[in-house]
Amino acid sequence: MRIVGSSPNRVDAFDKVTGKAKYTPDLVPPHTLEAKVLHSTIANGWVKAFDLSEAWKVEGVVEIVTCFDVPDIQFPTAGHPWSTVPAKQDICDRKLLNTRVRCYADDIAAVIAETELAAIEAVRKIKVVYEELPVILDVKESLKNTAVPIHEERPDNIVNKTSYEIGDFNEAIKEAGLTKVSGTYETPVVSHCHIEPANSFAYEEAGKIVVVSATQIPHLVRRMVGQALGVEWGTIRIIKPYIGGGFGNRQDALTEPLNAYLTTRVGGRPVRLAYTREETFEATRTRHAMTLDLTTYVRKDGSFAAREVVIYSNQGGYASHGHALAANAGNAFRMMYPVGAIKGEAVTVYTNMPTAGAMRAYGIPQIAFALESHIDDISSETGLDPLLLRTKNMMRLGYVDGPTTITCHSTGLAECITKGEAYLDYSKKRLAYANQSGPIRRGVGMAIFCYKTGVYPISLETSAVRMILNQDGSMQVQVGATEIGQGADTAWVMMTAETVGVTLDKVHLVSSQDTDVTPYDTGAYGSRQTYVTGMAVRKTAESMKRKILEYAALMINKDPIDLDIVDNNVVRKNTEIVLTTVKEVAMESCYSLTNSNHIAAEETHHCSDNTYAFGVCFTEVEVDIPLCEIKILDIINVHDSGRIINQTMARGQVHGGMSMGLGYGLYEYHKFDPKTGRMLNGNLLDYKLMTPLDTPTLNADFVETNDPTGPYGNKSLGEPPTIPVAPAIRNAVLNATGVAINATPLHPERLYDSFVEASLIKQRRSEHV
Amino acid sequence: MYNFKTLYEPASVAEALTLKAAHPEALFLAGGSDILIKIREGRLDGVDLINIYMLDELRGICLEDDGSILIRPLTSFTDVAMHPVIKAHLPVLGEAVNTIGGPQVRNIGTIGGNICNGVPSADSATTLKTYDAVLEIVSAEGTRTLPYADFNTGFGKVDLSPTELLAGIRIPKASWEGFFGHYIKYSMRKAMDIATLGCSVNVKLSEDKTMIQQLRIAFGVAAPIPIRSPKAEELAKGKKITKALIDQIGEAVLEDVNPRSSWRASKEFRLQLIEELAKRASVEAIKKAGGTIDV
Repeated sequence: MRIVGSSPNRVDAFDKVTGKAKYTPDLVPPHTLEAKVLHSTIANGWVKAFDLSEAWKVEGVVEIVTCFDVPDIQFPTAGHPWSTVPAKQDICDRKLLNTRVRCYADDIAAVIAETELAAIEAVRKIKVVYEELPVILDVKESLKNTAVPIHEERPDNIVNKTSYEIGDFNEAIKEAGLTKVSGTYETPVVSHCHIEPANSFAYEEAGKIVVVSATQIPHLVRRMVGQALGVEWGTIRIIKPYIGGGFGNRQDALTEPLNAYLTTRVGGRPVRLAYTREETFEATRTRHAMTLDLTTYVRKDGSFAAREVVIYSNQGGYASHGHALAANAGNAFRMMYPVGAIKGEAVTVYTNMPTAGAMRAYGIPQIAFALESHIDDISSETGLDPLLLRTKNMMRLGYVDGPTTITCHSTGLAECITKGEAYLDYSKKRLAYANQSGPIRRGVGMAIFCYKTGVYPISLETSAVRMILNQDGSMQVQVGATEIGQGADTAWVMMTAETVGVTLDKVHLVSSQDTDVTPYDTGAYGSRQTYVTGMAVRKTAESMKRKILEYAALMINKDPIDLDIVDNNVVRKNTEIVLTTVKEVAMESCYSLTNSNHIAAEETHHCSDNTYAFGVCFTEVEVDIPLCEIKILDIINVHDSGRIINQTMARGQVHGGMSMGLGYGLYEYHKFDPKTGRMLNGNLLDYKLMTPLDTPTLNADFVETNDPTGPYGNKSLGEPPTIPVAPAIRNAVLNATGVAINATPLHPERLYDSFVEASLIKQRRSEHV
Repeated sequence: MYNFKTLYEPASVAEALTLKAAHPEALFLAGGSDILIKIREGRLDGVDLINIYMLDELRGICLEDDGSILIRPLTSFTDVAMHPVIKAHLPVLGEAVNTIGGPQVRNIGTIGGNICNGVPSADSATTLKTYDAVLEIVSAEGTRTLPYADFNTGFGKVDLSPTELLAGIRIPKASWEGFFGHYIKYSMRKAMDIATLGCSVNVKLSEDKTMIQQLRIAFGVAAPIPIRSPKAEELAKGKKITKALIDQIGEAVLEDVNPRSSWRASKEFRLQLIEELAKRASVEAIKKAGGTIDV
């Protein structure tokens, strides 16, 4: 391939660094009204009444809407493709504003005003009468306290519960000579922390409600806004400009449905609904906190005879993506080490926590933390080498997952492990670092993962692309999937140029999506875009090329089968003989007095396959025991994501994912007031997102396989880099100190408690405590 | 976005003091890095502000004829850290204020604002405490001086009447000459953070660098206000530098501190940090003073 696999600059690089790229706030029209949401200050109960009198007195207030005014319609917010099968449809459990309060900072009223300050002031002056219920933050408490269920449609507070069994678990554990290892692992609530907070503006035009929004999923949001307002979906138009990151938070309807409704309350005037950073923390979506119980029965040779996982997933107040994440985690438990009898159970439970939704790698960082920690715990218990335990039991080429049929079409996992091992000199250091003493100790750790590419067959995978030829032989490409910072636009431009046979400068990708104009695609999630949307790009580009050659053949009296396009020239196939140029073909096709034909192509690809990406993280840490600090001395991720489309961008993607993984392993978690359910650290001072000074040198490497199902041999890379980092760090701390910490992140206070418990730090004498 | 009522912009300190006397409820606005946050959070709705940020007579650092170092309150953290007088005679103060926030905050935030805000986590406070800083406070009625040791009266509270303004922070010559200091800010990340615990130590050693003539040690977030540890300072006076002494300092400071549990960190964890940081900061200060210690 000429272009795929090289490293051209991002197509949006210059506009983004020079400030020309337009984001939602750059497009707000003059005289736009400002809306602010009143969020509840209780986590469980009902709104009984409002006193709006003081709020109405604030100069500039135009409209106040409360939970008693909105349409009596419950709608879903998850960015899943809709299903025409009712049983598979997302749970509709939220109204635009809610009388029944289910989490702290629930949306209960909104003010529209001439200025943002007036809206803020009026919101602060609304008085609310609540009827309060006890706050339930814990999953097991929620399962017990069902007297007043959080949603009346789910009387046991269970969103969903699923299970599977491969082989006969109870029979398998009867085998003689097995060692049983069990552990319980906990993962926290974290936030995406995309740099652009949730925001949108909406107005009415030509009989439609238009919402301009920072979303990953414009076509899905259109449907959800239509559902929420109870109007035909075609009357909604969503425009998605450049956005400052998403990481799954924007794979959800956030401000859009309410914003669409608010403009209808003021005669279609533009209304902006821009969340602050604090609201983005408290009142959008989070990563599910999970408790995972793992048990493995291992033979003396290190092979697994039987394994079991039980997952409790904390959904928070609303279903959003719901049980899909816990189910995904349970599936990955099975897929990673698909040997012996395997049993899995996953339960997703409503609580009064903030609503959890999609977040980078969708349940897999949770299971990977548990599972990869557990593998090292098996190693501690049995003395078996952690690499041997993994290589002996991990997924192999040709594996077909029973329940999902997802097949391992290519794997470079073994080579990834070899590369990472060699880079860090892991095995030698691991032995050298065992049994250290002293306050400062070093350790090495590693973890592996597998990850699907897209969502087939769980959900529909479909994508459409349009290409339009200009007179000069360049072309516009319109893609329904979205650039959210990951570099998708650049990848599609490279694919288009590769397949049509033109140079990169001839491909103009229309970055913005407008649901009235842009072909359909479900959006940016599931690490699906270079794979699923890539298939549609390839199919459309092939169609485009065929149409250009057919027209060229007429012009030069050749059979199109003998023609090819190379570097913008139409050549005799398999030769360098230039017969004409794409530009001449384009000009003629537009201006021919006898045969004008405006060349364009549009294709849908219905994807019905999937494949696994793989990778590893190896890290070396230094633990300062008295100060409860972990320093990352070295860290590398090695990935098998099939063929790499753009080497430089792929490395950037890995670096970003590793950064998020380091935050998950060391720094980030929501803290809550147990009495009120209020998030205590909902700002970027108290939520410890890493700064550059906290970030070690990040190393990325690849093992390139050529996946037969990928449009260009490629597999997923968007989400995977974040998965293996936290367990690798945890295992390195275990190697350094002998202390197995079963909850992430490994922040200083957790280390303090763990080291006191392990007698590495003295217990404080009572007179000082 | 910022709900304040009136913004006064005096052209001189005298005018600022007259305005403050006329509007005692108004707040002096220096760099704004604390006050603007409070306004944004709705904690000062409708406040009146007297902007003193443009008053250059309140800005700058100089070495006075009597050998004292005078730091005027509007000096930004960046300027404190970069100033030749600070680099030459009080480098630990520059190191301490360089741990505040990020570059933007250090450019706008002022050292006077840092100590007048009165919170125990102020990164300049512990070092100024250990160097026995003296504050010069002005009002329409005149000037008074106050040891910084007596300035903090409670969490977020300082000894400034509604009509007063901090005009100078003075470090007497005897307080800095021959002393070498070290500051450790313990926080959950290395920038853009507030201290979980701060510890500033400075020492003056004997001629042969084997004995501690004087050691001064202060903590941030170890009590409701930034505090010194008289017990540890007394213990270290005139002692030979040994590992055992360092351990004793770590023990002794625990007698003087009173950290609390909050959602940010537990009391027990802070006590662990207090003991460990006291030892580590003492060792580093001794090393900077030319002493040696084998730990």
